Amino acid sequence: MKTNDVILKTTAQVVFFIIFLFSIHIFLAGHFAPGGGFVGGLLTSSALVLLLLAYDLKTVQTLLPINYTIMTASGLVLALGTASIGMFLGRPFFKHYFDHFYLPLIGDTELHTAMLFDTGVYLVVVGVTMTIIQSIGGDD
Amino acid sequence: MSNFLLLPIIIPFFFGMLLMFAPKNIRYQRIGAMTGLTIALVTAIALLFKVKNEGIQVVTFGDWPAPFGITLVSDTVSALLVLTSVILAFFTVWYSISAIGKERESFFYYPGILFMLTGVNGAFTTGDIFNLFVFFEVLLMSSYLLIVLGGEKAQLRESIKYILVNVISSAIFVITVAFLYSVVGTLNMADIAVKIAAIGQPGIITVIAVLFLIVFGLKAAIFPLYFWLPSSYAAPPIPVLALFGALLTKVGVYAITRTYTLFFVHDTGFTHELLMILSVLTILAGCIGALAYFDVKKIIIYNIIIAVGVILFGVSQMNDNALMGSMFYLIHDMLIKAALFFLVGIIIAVTGTSDLRKMGGLMKTHPALGWFYLIAAFGLAGIPPLSGFVGKLLIVRGGFEAGNLGASIWILLSSLVVLLSVIRIFIYAFWGKEQGSLQQIDKGQYRMMFIPTAILVMLTVFYGVGSEWITPFMQDAANILNNPSVYTDAVLKE
Repeated sequence: MKTNDVILKTTAQVVFFIIFLFSIHIFLAGHFAPGGGFVGGLLTSSALVLLLLAYDLKTVQTLLPINYTIMTASGLVLALGTASIGMFLGRPFFKHYFDHFYLPLIGDTELHTAMLFDTGVYLVVVGVTMTIIQSIGGDD
Repeated sequence: MSNFLLLPIIIPFFFGMLLMFAPKNIRYQRIGAMTGLTIALVTAIALLFKVKNEGIQVVTFGDWPAPFGITLVSDTVSALLVLTSVILAFFTVWYSISAIGKERESFFYYPGILFMLTGVNGAFTTGDIFNLFVFFEVLLMSSYLLIVLGGEKAQLRESIKYILVNVISSAIFVITVAFLYSVVGTLNMADIAVKIAAIGQPGIITVIAVLFLIVFGLKAAIFPLYFWLPSSYAAPPIPVLALFGALLTKVGVYAITRTYTLFFVHDTGFTHELLMILSVLTILAGCIGALAYFDVKKIIIYNIIIAVGVILFGVSQMNDNALMGSMFYLIHDMLIKAALFFLVGIIIAVTGTSDLRKMGGLMKTHPALGWFYLIAAFGLAGIPPLSGFVGKLLIVRGGFEAGNLGASIWILLSSLVVLLSVIRIFIYAFWGKEQGSLQQIDKGQYRMMFIPTAILVMLTVFYGVGSEWITPFMQDAANILNNPSVYTDAVLKE
């Protein structure tokens, strides 16, 4: 029997973007407010899990053809690379740098290399969570 | 540059990441792993000489001052252990190429080894007690992968036990660190040592010392806490077993050594007496196991437990001779255990069984294997020119100096049991009539397994014969272990 889940699917389409944008907000807020790479990554993967619940595994994989193992590995490389910046400049490992930049539209913004490290964490968290869920969900 | 001591940790980590990008390409996996370990090996050797020439190397992450940032400290003790573990990982990967099988190779086997090496090297180098916990988890997570990879029934059963025990011991570790933090208010190991010296080790610190002994004793398999080790280690394939047997328990031994020579040195009448009693019992338990089995893997596995007891006995004596002996014996044991597991792996591959009673007559078909096994067995027992001799001699001498006659004589007697247990393998497998169907592996594969094993055995012979060259490093290490102020001054000087 085929169930009709048009309400679930329609709602999921809208709610996915809300959760995803909120996760990006949480991720960017990490330096001055609660949040950061870990929570942001978990929220993003929860948005993806909502898609998985509304549709099936195959549809989501065609929709977002991402290899999550490679995503995890690139996150690790990014994190280690950020931590090594100090090494190449003759300072201790994990030395972070920051400065103020003028960006168009946003104006004066403080950019910090800790952000890059957090991006690495974000990618690893999304990659690992999705790998776990996909391999358990795709197991017959 | 002050960051140099990080290289043996970062390089395996980096290559492990790179290998994750193409797990199915076996050629890429093998070449990547070997390249990474070769570079790590060069940096580890360079680091050892740097530490020897320029003194203790310290780097604090992110340019924060010493007790506030995470400090990584490389003294002679950790530089020696880092070098040894990189050497062992290198030989294990070399041996794995022909021994582990394509199925496992294409499923993150080499990244697992490299990440485990990251954890091991980090645990040996770190100068922060919570960071030590993190590196413990890094190496344990990778070891969970390696122990279960392949999904055989025995592996699944034993990995559940292994993970359960380690999760519990990690939880106790966190609780212990929390206790320690609430008493001294710092996590930096040098700072902890200074703070404990300032309050002169009241009762609560002694309790924490015993808790640490329980935590690290679970990892290192000392007497009442070794129950999980024999069956867990028998499950994974031989190269993984060699890596576990040589590295993992030794990280626990190192952690006990570090905490008991740096932090808890003010009430040795209780803590070190307890450590000595437990180590003597550990040797007893190991000896019983080593004699009881007819399974070649089990015999060598119980020898790991004996060696843990011997090393910790040396640590519990707290004098220069015994500590130097412990360092000598620790490095010797890591090398020789890996070599013995490799040899046993070849014997199992050739005969197709791990039961001693079903083997025989290998001397006629594989004479080189036989002689190398005999050398390794004598090395393990400590026959004079070989590697186990100097360490045990110094440990026993230190034991006599500290006035522990009975226990020292017991160490000497245990050598006889060790010799008997490994010679039994030699007698059963290499003497007598040929049994069963030999030569189950082809010539090329046999050679690929035998070459790294032979080089490793020759390395242990060199370690024994050339102990004159190694002694200065060991003296340095014993000096640091025996004088905590050397360590704390180096870390807290800035």
